[in-house]
Amino acid sequence: MHYPIGLLFDLLASSSALPWNITVHFKSFPEKDLLHCPSKDAIEAHFMSCVKEADALKHKSQVINEMQKKDHKQLWMGLQNDRFDQFWAINRKLMEYPAEENGFRYIPFRIYQTTTERPFIQKLFRPVAADGQLHTLGDLLKEVCPSALAPEDGEKKNQVMIHGIEPMLETPLQWLSEHLSYPDNFLHISIIPQPTD
Amino acid sequence: MPDSVLWAVDLFGRVYTLSTAGQYWELCKDTQLEFKRVSAATQCCWGIACDNQVYVYVCASDVPIRRREEAYENQRWNPVGGFCEKLLPSDRWPWSDVSGLQHRPLDGVALPSLHWEWESDWYVDENFGGEPTEKGGWTYAIDFPATYTRDKKWNSCVRRRRWIRYRRYKSRDSWAKIPSKDDPKQLPDPFNDLSVGGWEITDEPVGRLSVWAVSLQGKVWYREDVSHPNPEGSSWSLMDTPAEAAQISCGPHDLLWVTLWEGQALVREGISRNNPKGSSWSVVEPPTSENGIMHVSVGVAVVWAITKDRKVWFRRGVNSHNPCGTSWIEMVGEMTMVNVGLNDQVWGISCDDRAMYFRQGVTPSELSGKTWKAIVAGRESDRSHSGSSLSLLSAGCFFGDEVRGSGESCAPSDTDASSDAERPGPDQPVPAESLDCPGDPKGSSASGPGTSRTTEHPAEVASPATQTPRPEPRPGPASTPAEVPWTNIDLKEPKKTPSHPVAGLPETTGLSSLEVLPLGLEEPYGADDHPLWAWVSGGGCAVEAHSVLKWFSVQLGLSPSVQTLSLSITPAQTAAWRKQIFQQLTERTKRELENFRHYEQAVEQSVWVKTGTLQWWCNWKPHKWVDVRVALEQFTGHDGARDSILFIYYVVHEEKKYIHVFLNEVTALVPVLNEAKHSFALYTPERTRQRWPVRLAAATEQDMNDWLALLSLSCCESRKVHGRPSPQAIWSITCKGDIFVSEPSPDLEDPAHPLPCDQMFWRQVGGHLRVVEANSRGVVWGIGYDHTAWVYTGGYGGGCFQGLASSSSNIYTQSDVKSVYIYENQRWNPVTGYTSRGLPTDRYMWSDATGLQECTKASTKPPSLQWSWVSDWSIDFSVPGGTDQEGWQYASDFPASYHGYKTMKDFVRRRCWARKCKLVTSGPWLEVAPIALGDVSIIPESPGASGNGHSVALWAVSDKGDVLCRLGVSELNPAGSSWLHVGTDQPFASISIGACYQVWAVARDGSAFYRGSVSPSQPAGDCWYHIPSPPKQRLKQVSVGQTAVYALDENGLGHRQQSPGEPQPEPGNRVSSHGRAAPRTQGAGLGLRHRGWLGSHLHQGQCHQGPQERVPGDSRRAERGAGSPQWARAGGRRPAGVARPHLLLRPPPLTWKREWCPV
Repeated sequence: MHYPIGLLFDLLASSSALPWNITVHFKSFPEKDLLHCPSKDAIEAHFMSCVKEADALKHKSQVINEMQKKDHKQLWMGLQNDRFDQFWAINRKLMEYPAEENGFRYIPFRIYQTTTERPFIQKLFRPVAADGQLHTLGDLLKEVCPSALAPEDGEKKNQVMIHGIEPMLETPLQWLSEHLSYPDNFLHISIIPQPTD
Repeated sequence: MPDSVLWAVDLFGRVYTLSTAGQYWELCKDTQLEFKRVSAATQCCWGIACDNQVYVYVCASDVPIRRREEAYENQRWNPVGGFCEKLLPSDRWPWSDVSGLQHRPLDGVALPSLHWEWESDWYVDENFGGEPTEKGGWTYAIDFPATYTRDKKWNSCVRRRRWIRYRRYKSRDSWAKIPSKDDPKQLPDPFNDLSVGGWEITDEPVGRLSVWAVSLQGKVWYREDVSHPNPEGSSWSLMDTPAEAAQISCGPHDLLWVTLWEGQALVREGISRNNPKGSSWSVVEPPTSENGIMHVSVGVAVVWAITKDRKVWFRRGVNSHNPCGTSWIEMVGEMTMVNVGLNDQVWGISCDDRAMYFRQGVTPSELSGKTWKAIVAGRESDRSHSGSSLSLLSAGCFFGDEVRGSGESCAPSDTDASSDAERPGPDQPVPAESLDCPGDPKGSSASGPGTSRTTEHPAEVASPATQTPRPEPRPGPASTPAEVPWTNIDLKEPKKTPSHPVAGLPETTGLSSLEVLPLGLEEPYGADDHPLWAWVSGGGCAVEAHSVLKWFSVQLGLSPSVQTLSLSITPAQTAAWRKQIFQQLTERTKRELENFRHYEQAVEQSVWVKTGTLQWWCNWKPHKWVDVRVALEQFTGHDGARDSILFIYYVVHEEKKYIHVFLNEVTALVPVLNEAKHSFALYTPERTRQRWPVRLAAATEQDMNDWLALLSLSCCESRKVHGRPSPQAIWSITCKGDIFVSEPSPDLEDPAHPLPCDQMFWRQVGGHLRVVEANSRGVVWGIGYDHTAWVYTGGYGGGCFQGLASSSSNIYTQSDVKSVYIYENQRWNPVTGYTSRGLPTDRYMWSDATGLQECTKASTKPPSLQWSWVSDWSIDFSVPGGTDQEGWQYASDFPASYHGYKTMKDFVRRRCWARKCKLVTSGPWLEVAPIALGDVSIIPESPGASGNGHSVALWAVSDKGDVLCRLGVSELNPAGSSWLHVGTDQPFASISIGACYQVWAVARDGSAFYRGSVSPSQPAGDCWYHIPSPPKQRLKQVSVGQTAVYALDENGLGHRQQSPGEPQPEPGNRVSSHGRAAPRTQGAGLGLRHRGWLGSHLHQGQCHQGPQERVPGDSRRAERGAGSPQWARAGGRRPAGVARPHLLLRPPPLTWKREWCPV
């Protein structure tokens, strides 16, 4: 599975000194670990499938299916050319939700941990509780990854990182999904051990 | 959309209101009385109180309700004493009304009721037809009655003058008793039901209402002369009915239904503008013969009814032509009453639990709606224990605290009996749980009572229990309040149907729980109980389809809403998590980017291209739309600056060609929407001079918006215009209502080389306005076509600009409504009279105002695709010149001046039809409710003067002609706090304030006024001075600069008055008694640098006739005096006279001078 580079940095190198030195390999592709994308089209297809998966969770795919082919293209071209306005003109629609509801159907998120073998956690999670209260980041972690949270009185052992920052656990999940999702429309959350120094 | 309120009465007779923006029921401000009925309109609420008297509650407003009383003093000349009060025996009274037939001494004019007060003493009216008389108000004539003139002539034998006194309605925000004693016929019996409606029948007089009432004996009464200026009406008149009426409902328009004691319904026929009382009754049978109609409620085109078995019915096929409808449809749910409010929205009170329900999904196409949804808003009094009406239950108050302390232990014990016996009946589900199934109480009660819920039960028990002692209207046992208002339906019905669960409950448990009853009554204020409703009225409650109500979920403490509705997010309002995210992101940017600034960009220059297919209005004749390929090339230079070129590739004679536009030269991008095309125009200085913009059209609206937003963003980038407009920005409006803003460059007002106005860059801001007004402190106000006032929120973008071209906050939904007018023309012929068959040379029988275009009802479309119809065609009676009863205006021939009555010489007639259309867009604007405005003016201020702590002076004229002064306007609070009403003797039309607090205004009759002594400490000034208008001119609009005042007359000609400042105090000039202070000389403004684009207001009035294709880019020339003006109105700091050389003229002060002005 391909991770966004920002996520890789958070997950693997957030404590290392900048600039991040990466080693580029041109031989011996790890075929059994990673899906090999032979062409640019394959990468595009992979990206679009992520966006579609996210919209399936958010709107039962209604928004993405109503879009035209050229909109999909613009989404990809915007990302490829680093044209945020072009990208956002389309992505904006994916971030909307009906006014009578308080958020998406489910929040597309993935939680990554360096400490486990499991690549990531992904479950169905609604942004709004049954009583109308907005779920927060803390609620999500409590539900799907309680080990990431520090015990009530215990020491904080993990950092919950999104885009290189640690949002407060009180942050509403819906807001995070709207504003801190990656271009593939997923909220990629990395749980990394608290640096000891 | 302004907030409006829903009125309701609970079982204890307390009146509550619930705002469409709120989430709590608020106790009515006047709690002296308990009510059994309320019926609301937008501006007031009528009710029947426990004493069976009718009361009206007029909502407070910044504009007072004031009415003028007039009396005429008549004198005759005689050779001995000159003019004196001694009249001939055949003459009129020395003091009379305008006709002279009624004796009317000044001290004989009394206030109509206790709810009025005099505003001032009697004074003489100096204004005669828009001109000051200067002679104590006397007007002269040869004899009574005759034409009066201003000047005394040799043959003036009689004279008269008018005395004026204003009275003001003082009982606002309180229940004012409608006096019944002075009625010609004493009312035989108390009222049983009442209904208010009819506000859509006609606007003449303003705020006219139909108030209908039913007495206990079953008679129907109509209240005469109820209107905004006369909220109490004048008298009750009895309407004949074929049978005894029980209940009545009057819709906003011409529907009126009455239920009879026998169970049928009566429908009033023939209600119209000329006959609001209607002419005859027809009978509608109930849906089933065994269960008669118990309750009915009507809207514009709907009728809802409840039968005796509590079933809810919807009447199919009701409209103006067929007020009886065709058939009944049974609806889900069991209700005790339903009420139809504005927009045909429906509320109901269920019979099981007395909860209030809102009918969701009622739209013009689906008037019956979809589901009942419970309103679970809490009461304000649930938090603050301020229910003063509870003082009656003093015993309860005594023990209240104890009960609350031990509520959990004692409550279950006294509810066991009731809840065991009647579990499915009165049990009320916890509000947040599913409430969409009022007909299924078992299902909802299965949600399981918890300990917190048991505390509700005392109230459940209490309410039926308090009813039980009073099935007949006689005083109940001592333990209940002595006078209980709600005696009939609520109590009689349970008697009639003893098998009903609710009715059954009191019989079994009533007495046993009587001792704990007061405790239970007190308890709701501590528990999260729901109120028990008796009556609801939505006649003043406007729920629109797109609005989101907060009535349906329980709000627990902290509002989870991320969107803040304030004008600007100040740190205090921002949640901690949000602040932390921004802070961390800033730190991360610093950590990850700033330290690496010196690294070279991997890609130094990027070129980015967006291509597409559009249509282009071609350069060559014949002009037509041709398909073109377009490409926008954006490149980033070494300095990081972006620039763009737009290429348009076209094919002519099979030869490929292209034109290109540098976006850094573009001065304006203007959407040109018409009935069929989504197009926009691109202006450069060169193309403005040629009057030939690049016009492009897209296939869909979305496509056009994408291109427009992208091009606009590119233009702004290349000109380095970012974010919100500066406070000094110049705002303007096109004739289509689009809003543009321009940043003033430093050389804009350079005396040597002023910037030619065709080079100013205008960018669009979302929203739709008719008037915009700005000052240099960033306070910007606008007025929509529907007279709604809007204040700028500090955002940018909105409308078609999304994404980066728009700010993420401060953008709100904005809507505007305007009317489209067409004319029905007829010609008279000797055989058939007026017919729709004209002469061959005549205009179309259905046409526009000019008669040149054919406009039929069916073919006329809204002005552009943005607009959609919101009403049907209706006759416009308010056209200048007046109309007859059917709206016709007569003339000898087309085109001519029309008059509202038929004479022998009139061979043609026409009438005007209007249809409203609505546009919904978004922009950085928030509504300033509730007063609609006709004109607004903000004091222009130079940047140096800011920060002096003064609030910004802002004056306005309401759509009704009231002059208003806004208090508390500042940079931080541009909307201000409240209006201060400034009294005038007549409705005003236009107002303007100059930089030195010179306020000038023009009244609707064309007279000009100056307001004396306006200063920061005295924001409303002291009195009006009547300034004589230019000879034989009726002024329409005024604009004040620092050394000159401009005015526009009815023919669109400009007039100018030099040196405004305080006019010379002349005794005869003071035209009203609204202030008494002696005028002081101010000497303001002279010698200061002239600022103010004085002529700017002059262009208004021409802007409606422009053909559809015109765009404001054209208008740059208009400001310079050529071509046809297209800007509706410019606001802003108004840089000094861009190329207006004629400002150099200096006539003597205080005279009007004809000013050349482009027409």
